[in-house]
Formats: sequence, C-alpha cells, structure tokens
Amino acid sequence: MNHSFVPKAADMLVVGPETIVAAAAMLILLAELMPARISKAAAPWIAALGLLASFIPMTTTGISVRTGFSGMVVTDGFAVLMKAVLAVTGLLTIGFSTHYIKREDLDRAEYYALVLFAISGMMLMASSANLIMVFLSLEILSISLYVLSGFARTQPRSQEASLKYFLLGSFASAFLLYGIALVYGGAGTISLAGIANAIASEGAARNPVLLAGAGLIAVGLGFKVAAVPFQMWTPDVYEGAPSSVTAFMSVGAKAAGFAALARVFLTAFGDIKVDWMPALWAVAALTMIVGNVVAVAQTDIKRMLAYSSIAHAGYILVGLAAANQAGVSALVFYLAAYLFMNLGAWAVVILAGRRGEAGTEIDSYNGLFWRNPGAAAAMGVFMFALAGLPPTGGFMAKFYVFSAALQANMVGLVVIGALTSLVSVYYYARVTVVMFMRDPEPDAAPISTRGLLGVTLAVTAAATIYLGVLPGQLFQLAGLAQIARP
Amino acid sequence: MSEYAWLIPLIPFLAFVAIIFAGRRLPGHGAYVAIAGMSASLLISLVIAAGAITHGGHFEPVVRTAAWIPYGYSTLNVGFTVDALAIVMLIVVTVVALMVQVYSIGYMHGDARYPRFFAFLSMFSAAMLGLVLANNLLVIYICWELVGLCSYLLIGFWFERPTAMRAAKKAFLVTRVGDVGLFLGMLTIYMGIGSLDLQTVLSHESVSTMAKTIVSVGPWALPLAALASLGIFWGAVGKSAQFPLHVWLPDAMEGPTPVSALIHAATMVAAGVYLVARTYPLFAYSDHSISLNVVAYTGAITALMAATIGFTQYDIKRVLAYSTISQLGFMMMGLGVGGYVAGMFHLMTHAFFKANLFLGSGSVIHGTGTQDIREMGGLKKHMPRTFWTFIIATAALAGIFPLAGFWSKDEILLTAFHADKTIFYAGVIGAFMTAFYMSRLCILTFLGEPRDEHIHAHESPRVMTVPLIVLAFLAVVAGWVGLPGKNLFAEFLHTDLLHLEHHAFSLGIAAVGTAVALFGVLLAYIVYMTPASRTVAALGQISVFRFIHSLVYNKYWLDEIYGVIIIRPLFAVTRWMFAIDRWIIDGTVNAVGWLTVAISRVQGWVDKWIVDGLVNLIGIVTRGAGLILRRTQTGVAQQYAMVMLLGLLALVYFYLIRAG
Repeated sequence: MNHSFVPKAADMLVVGPETIVAAAAMLILLAELMPARISKAAAPWIAALGLLASFIPMTTTGISVRTGFSGMVVTDGFAVLMKAVLAVTGLLTIGFSTHYIKREDLDRAEYYALVLFAISGMMLMASSANLIMVFLSLEILSISLYVLSGFARTQPRSQEASLKYFLLGSFASAFLLYGIALVYGGAGTISLAGIANAIASEGAARNPVLLAGAGLIAVGLGFKVAAVPFQMWTPDVYEGAPSSVTAFMSVGAKAAGFAALARVFLTAFGDIKVDWMPALWAVAALTMIVGNVVAVAQTDIKRMLAYSSIAHAGYILVGLAAANQAGVSALVFYLAAYLFMNLGAWAVVILAGRRGEAGTEIDSYNGLFWRNPGAAAAMGVFMFALAGLPPTGGFMAKFYVFSAALQANMVGLVVIGALTSLVSVYYYARVTVVMFMRDPEPDAAPISTRGLLGVTLAVTAAATIYLGVLPGQLFQLAGLAQIARP
Repeated sequence: MSEYAWLIPLIPFLAFVAIIFAGRRLPGHGAYVAIAGMSASLLISLVIAAGAITHGGHFEPVVRTAAWIPYGYSTLNVGFTVDALAIVMLIVVTVVALMVQVYSIGYMHGDARYPRFFAFLSMFSAAMLGLVLANNLLVIYICWELVGLCSYLLIGFWFERPTAMRAAKKAFLVTRVGDVGLFLGMLTIYMGIGSLDLQTVLSHESVSTMAKTIVSVGPWALPLAALASLGIFWGAVGKSAQFPLHVWLPDAMEGPTPVSALIHAATMVAAGVYLVARTYPLFAYSDHSISLNVVAYTGAITALMAATIGFTQYDIKRVLAYSTISQLGFMMMGLGVGGYVAGMFHLMTHAFFKANLFLGSGSVIHGTGTQDIREMGGLKKHMPRTFWTFIIATAALAGIFPLAGFWSKDEILLTAFHADKTIFYAGVIGAFMTAFYMSRLCILTFLGEPRDEHIHAHESPRVMTVPLIVLAFLAVVAGWVGLPGKNLFAEFLHTDLLHLEHHAFSLGIAAVGTAVALFGVLLAYIVYMTPASRTVAALGQISVFRFIHSLVYNKYWLDEIYGVIIIRPLFAVTRWMFAIDRWIIDGTVNAVGWLTVAISRVQGWVDKWIVDGLVNLIGIVTRGAGLILRRTQTGVAQQYAMVMLLGLLALVYFYLIRAG
C-alpha cells in the first residue's frame, strides 16, 4: 500500500459529500464578514446549495464499493443512501428553520454553519471503516449538536438542555472510547476489516475483552440513537432545545447512530452475531415498550414527540436486530419514511408554536383545523403515519421492518412491535382529536402558512403519502443498501 | 363487464374527492354527487352479477393483478378478484349504501357539515368496496384500516358531543386491537408461503403446506394454518364486534343514525364475517379444525350474551346495536360449523333488514326527538309507514316464515345440527331471545298508548320512507334465493377451493326454529301487553332478579372490567415509567449539581482551614524559625564553630549508635 500524505482524488471522492457540506459551512462562516443583512440572507441559500451539491459525488460513486485514505473510509450502497437521507434531512431542516429562527431571535448565520458541520459529521459516520473514524465523526456531530441545543442562549431551558446533553454525551463518548480500547486489546486492530479478520482467523470470537468492547461500543452509539436504557436525556433535551434543532437531531443523529451501529456490528462483529443479537433483541423490545408507554402520559407535544422518537428508534432496532440484508434495507427505508413524517410533525409544531417556545401543550392544538386547515390536515397525516396506519409511509416502513425480523425468526419481537404500535395509536390519535374535534380557544388567531415553512409541510406530507401508496422505488433503492464486507 | 370492476370503488372515491373540495357548490350540496356515484357503482355491480348468474355454475372468477411494489425477491401485487363471494358483497354494500345516502338527504337536512357527511359516506363505501374486491392481503389490510378510519370520522361526526368523541375514539382503538391480530396473521402467512396474493395463499398446495407446518407457540403446537387463521379471526373479532371486543359497537350509536345503519349494521361490521369467508380455506384446513371451533364458539357466546343485554336496554338504537352483535355471532356460528354458505346467506339477509330497522329507528327519532323507548308508545297511529316497514323487518329478523331471516337462520341451524349439537342448541335459544327482544322493542315503541304527552310524533318525509319501503321489500324477498330444493345462493357461491357439505332441508328443524320464534313473540306480548306485566314487574323486585337485571343491564360490567384490568394498569405503568424517567435524568443532573456544590464546600473548607492553614502555618513556622535562627546568626565566629562541632558530635553519636 502506498502511504502518501497528499490526498488523491479517489480518496476525496469517497468522502466527497461530507467535504462539500463542510466546505459550505466554512463558506457561511466567511460570509459572516460581509454586512449582517447580506450574510443572514445568504446563509440558508449557501447551506441548501451545499447540500444539493453533495448529491453530485453520491451519484458519481453510486453503489460501487470504494475505500479511501488507506482504508479509513469506505463508500458503498448503504453509505450513499444514508448520506442521501442525511442531505434531505438537512434540506428540510433549512426549510423549517428560516421562519423559526427569525421568530425566536436566533437569526445568526452560525446556525446554518453548525447544522452543516453536524451533517458532515453524520455523513462521515456512515462512511467510517475504522473505529477511530467512528469516534471522530461522532464528536464532530455531537459538538455541533451541543452548541445547537444551547443556541437559544438567553433561555434557561435551552442552556439546561445543552448542559445535560453535553454531560451525558461526554459520558457516552467515554464508553465508546473505552470500548474501542478494549476491542483493540482483543483484536489488535481498530479497522473494521481487521477486527473481522481477527475474529475469523484467530478465534478471537470467544475473547471476553473483545465482547466487552463490543458491548461498550453499543452503549456509546445506543446513546446517540436514544435506545432504552440510554434514552434518559432525550425528553429533557428535546423539550429544552430550540424546536428546529430538536427536529433536526431527532432524525439526523439517529440516522448517523444507526449507520455506525449497522456498519460496525454487521462487518466487524458480523461473525459473532449470535452473541449480540439477543442483546439487541432485548434493547429493541425495551425501547419500543418504554417509548410508547411513556408517551401516553405526556401533555406537551415536544415531550410526546421525544418519546415517540425513542419508540421509533425501537422499531429501527428491530431491523438491526434481524442482522440480515432485509433488515439493513428495512432500516434505510424506515429512516427515509421517518424523516418525512417526523420532520413534518415538527414543522407543524414550529408553525403552531409562539415566540419563546410557547404553545407546545397538546391542549393548545385545540381546533387547529379552524385556525389553519392545511397544517391540521398535514399533522393528521403525520400522526397516522407515525402510528403506522396505512396508506402512509409509516405503515410500509413497519411492514418492511417486521417482515425482516420474521425472516430472522424473531416472532416475539414482531408481536411486541405490533402491540406497542397499538398503544401508540392512542397518543397520536389524541392529537388529531383535539385538532379536529375541539373548538379553538376564543382568543386564538388564525395561523397563516407562509414561504418555505409551507413548502416544507407540503413536501413532507406528500412524501409521507407517496411512500405509503407507491413505495416501490424506495423499496428498490433500499434493496441496494448493501454494506460492503471487508 | 367484470374487467371494469375496479370502477366500483373508484367512483365513490372520486365523489369523495369532489365533495371535499367543491362541497356546497355541487348540486344538492354534494348529496346528489354522492348518490350518483353510488348508483353508478350499483349499476356496474348489477351488470356483473347478471353476467355471472347467466353463466350459472360455470362462472370463472375474474382475477386481475398488477405488480405494485417490488419487494425482496418477489413482488407485492395489487389487483381485484370478481367471484361469487365478491359479487354478493358488492350488491349488499352498494344497495345499502345507496339507500342510506338517499335517506340522509332527509335525516341530515340542515346540518352544518352536510356536504362533509356525504363525502365521508362516499369514502367509507369506497374503502369497503375496495376491501371486497381486493385480492391481496396487504391491500385488504389497507382498505380494512381505511374503513376503520372512516368509521372513526363518522361516529365522531357530531364531535361537539363529548360522548360522540369518546365513542369514536373507543371504536377506533378497540378495533385496532383486533387489527394487530390481522396484521400478525398476515405476516404469518407471508412467512409461511412468501406471498400475500389470495390466489396463491388459498390454493390447495399452500393450505396443505401451512396445515403440515407445525409451529410451537408456548406450550401448544399448532399448524401454521391455524395460527394464520386465528390471527385473521382476531381481526374479525374486532371489526365484527365479537366477544370480547364487542364493547365499541353500542357506544358507536352516538354517530348519526344513517351511519349506524350503514356501518354498524350492514356493511362495516360485516367486513369481519366477509374476511373469514374470504379466507375460509385457511380456516377449514382440516375438518373440525381448531380455528373453526374457535369461530363457532366465539360466535355462540357473542350471540347469547348480546341477546340477553338486548332484553334490558331502553335506548332504541342500543337494542338494535346488541341485536347486531348477536346476529353477527350467528353468522360466525354458521361459518364455524362449516356453513360457508349459511354464514354468507345470513350476512346478506341481515344487511337488508337491519339497515331497514336502523333507518326506521332514525325515522322514529326524527319524528319524536327521543331515543328512549320508555317515552314512546303508540307511534303506530302517527308513523304508519315507519311502523309497517319496521314490523316487517322485525319479523324477518325474528325468523318468521317466509321472510328473509327465516331462510338464512334455518340454514345456520341446519348446518349446526349436523356438525355440533351444542352450537345448535345455542342457536335455538338465540333465536328465541331474538324474537323476544325485538317484539319488546316494537311493542314499547309503536303499540299501546303514548306515554309522554310532550311528544308530538309525525311521519318522516318521503325521502326517508321510500328507502324504508325498498329495504322492507328486500327483507321479504332476499331469502327466496336460498330456497330448499333449488338453493340458487348455494350454487352461486360454490367454489372449487372448498368441499362444502350440503344437508337436505329438514322440516323438523324449520319447525323448531319457527316455534321458538313464535314463542318469543308471544311471551313478549304477554309480558308487555297483558295484565301479566304487573306480575313480571313484581317479580323484578326480588333481589336475585334485581341483581341479574343490573348485571345484564350494565352489560356484564365488561367496560368496567376492561377499565380495571387493562386501562388503569396501563396508565399506572405509564405514569410510573415516566416518573422513573424524570427521576433518573433529573436525579443524575441534580446529583452532578449537588456533588459539585458539596465538593466546592469541602474544597472551601479545605481551602480555608487546610490550605490557608498550611500557608499560614508555613508563615508562622518560617517567621518563628527566622526569629530563632536570627538569634543564632550572632556574627560571632566562635559560636559558629561551636555549632559545627555539635553537629559533628551528633553525626559521630549517630554512627556510633548505628554501629553499636
């Protein structure tokens, strides 16, 4: 292997999308040197263009398998699709942020720069072929998110959220790092391919140090995706952070965490899946149960959506626990469907909220239909989709995940999944009930949908229904999400 | 014409879209659009049916499929099947839906959300017709959920009433409990044979494969076919309001009465029965399969339980609601004892006369302004058309010869007699109870003297009574397609997928059925119309009877039991988990905070006393030492030499000790 410190074009292509996104972020920072009026207006456009440009290297590499930087990073069907999911998440985040950050007086260009830095970290996570890259990209995205959570710095709730996220996130990072160290002790390498070889050839499979390391890595990444019992931070952080940031991280951080979990566990630890499948089984079951059951008691929509996002992490974990190709494809499909329905729901939360993060009690959605019929109808679609009812993308996603689990003979997990999704109907339906079937408060004014926020709502609602009626194309794409065996 | 069957659900769906968007600007505020759409669907269904009937016994089902979703290595298909079973359902649904829509012009007149009502009715019919035609389980499931969603919207149509809102939510959630079973059943089938196309799923090979594959579920070993069919049946238990998931249906009477007629009497609740019939080969994977027994006994329990509750209710619509539950139980009983034809036959006849009864009760409510039969009485004089159609439908439901209900009930009893005597006796008792509570309802509502002088009853407008007359006509003649000897209905429904036994008409069983029905009517007459009623009232004061009455009147306290064993614990667990969540997260953060404060206190103390003390101590010691040492620095060389000597001596002394 030729060790050269000058990156070659082929290396750069592997990490092309994240490089472009990071470059756009830096461009935004540079643009800040211009008068505030110009830089503020330009930031969202630079961000959107950067995200759109990131599709160019994705289409160039396609689903071909390429490695770069001496095997530190890899691109394959799975990585490209996850990066596409993340880029779309970013675009939609910009769509509902412009209105929100103006209303909350957070309109500073760094906001977009931080979002883009976080996305570049998330994308890099999907491409990491080495545990140290996993750690590095995790820190890139985490630090951006810590700052974003505290972006409403005059609000004590936002400060508290940021601090909590930071404290507990550091804790989780420490777990991950310790896990990496143990794996190194057990396998003598931290490249995913190397670990797989060590397990295959030297019988390291039974090495307790290695297994402990794998467990600690799962804990560190489980924190990011908010799997039970590492979900404790989620509701507090989601409630306290600015709504647009919460929306962004509830999809982005989850997608990145699952990308890393899937790649690390299916490639490096693929040969010892009998050891970790039962553990993931239990975590998935617990996550579905706790997320859904606790959501029932919530009276604040942000907290309700926080628990709902925990619950959805559980369904995605079902795909991971299946540990087969159908499971990986189902995971990608689920994230893609979840991205639209969840970001759409958050867009409605942003629309219906008032300055200073007010108006997030579920009761304040009373009669939303009379105040803004379009938004209420869209919210109805999102709630039914999140509950997994047909004909929406949410149903198809659950169907896909559960049939992957059945292929792996995980009947019990499917039964738990079906029953908990039944519980979820209760709290999602409650939102639709108050929106359509109650009168608005006498002093409640009509809400108008304007500009980008309206477009975002329309796009997410249309995509949610489209994925329920004609999921074929995305099914096919998800089928291509293969993780390269090193 | 069967090629164009896909138009049947599509047209009402388009009507829905048109009314939702154009609403009041359409002719008849949308009502005419809905009715025109439904008439077109009815017409197409009739042409298809006529085509099928002229083919006689050699009617080949028309199956059309198209690839929908490429999925894994196979594809999920979307398509429709036009066979005898579908045709029967198409006719039932379109006829009842059309009658209900015409009737709604009168009943919903002046409602603030009039166009929306017709939009929802159209959407509901579209979903139901889609369910009937679909030939893929996934498509069936999607339509099944859409039917549930529409019923939610329609039950909660008057959402200003808290009770209506609660009822809508209850119906939605309870039927969802059933849907979980259907979903799991569907996945089981997919796992077993890798397809969801009904043609593949119900073929002889697939069914025998699934019958031979034994899986263990906990302590039991069951064939895959049993597992799949029981999952499907659990879905049907929810939708068709069978015990123990029947609790939503009586509450669902909070919806407008035409809705009750359409979805809680004639079509939606029939979806469960239809689904069992549609997937019947899976249930009948062997003779007397466990699935069939579960179906039969669930049906029998439901039929008897609901009938007893029907004795005690005073709300005219609630009596009919329990009657519906009971009759659905009858259909399940029929299917469970192998009476594929009998169950579907009863579904069809019941749809007509039960829609008639519900619309009649709506006419009564419209004319009197109350739903409580204790405040009615003597309505016969004021509402003759409603009265006569209601009586005909009641007689048909009670199974009086030669009305529709007689033939279909007889078919069920006949099949049960040859298959399972317990079910047969349950059916006979149920038939008696049906006749009794329906006669009670008619007597209290229409006969006798008016009991409340504030009520000035008036007959409903023609737009409401004409549908009643049409349905009453059907309640008379619909049974004649299944006459003994030349059972056209059975011949029509014949399918190669099933080995159906045919039992010859038995005069004895018909006589038993008629006798118990007549006895029920007679007993109701004695109890409610003769002086004997006073004796009965006196008997009712005896505590044992009082207890039984309140047990039945309160629907066996099932709602309360569910509250105690399911809903309250769920909420308790919810709050409890939530508390842990809060406690741990806040605990962690607070602990970090508290620890920080505690550590800084300790540090402050250490700082003040130990660090500062040490610093001071060093100062004191240094200064003291300085003071002392300064004295030594006297400037006198002799003294210095003296010190050195002392030092030397000390060293020597030390080494001497060590050496010594």
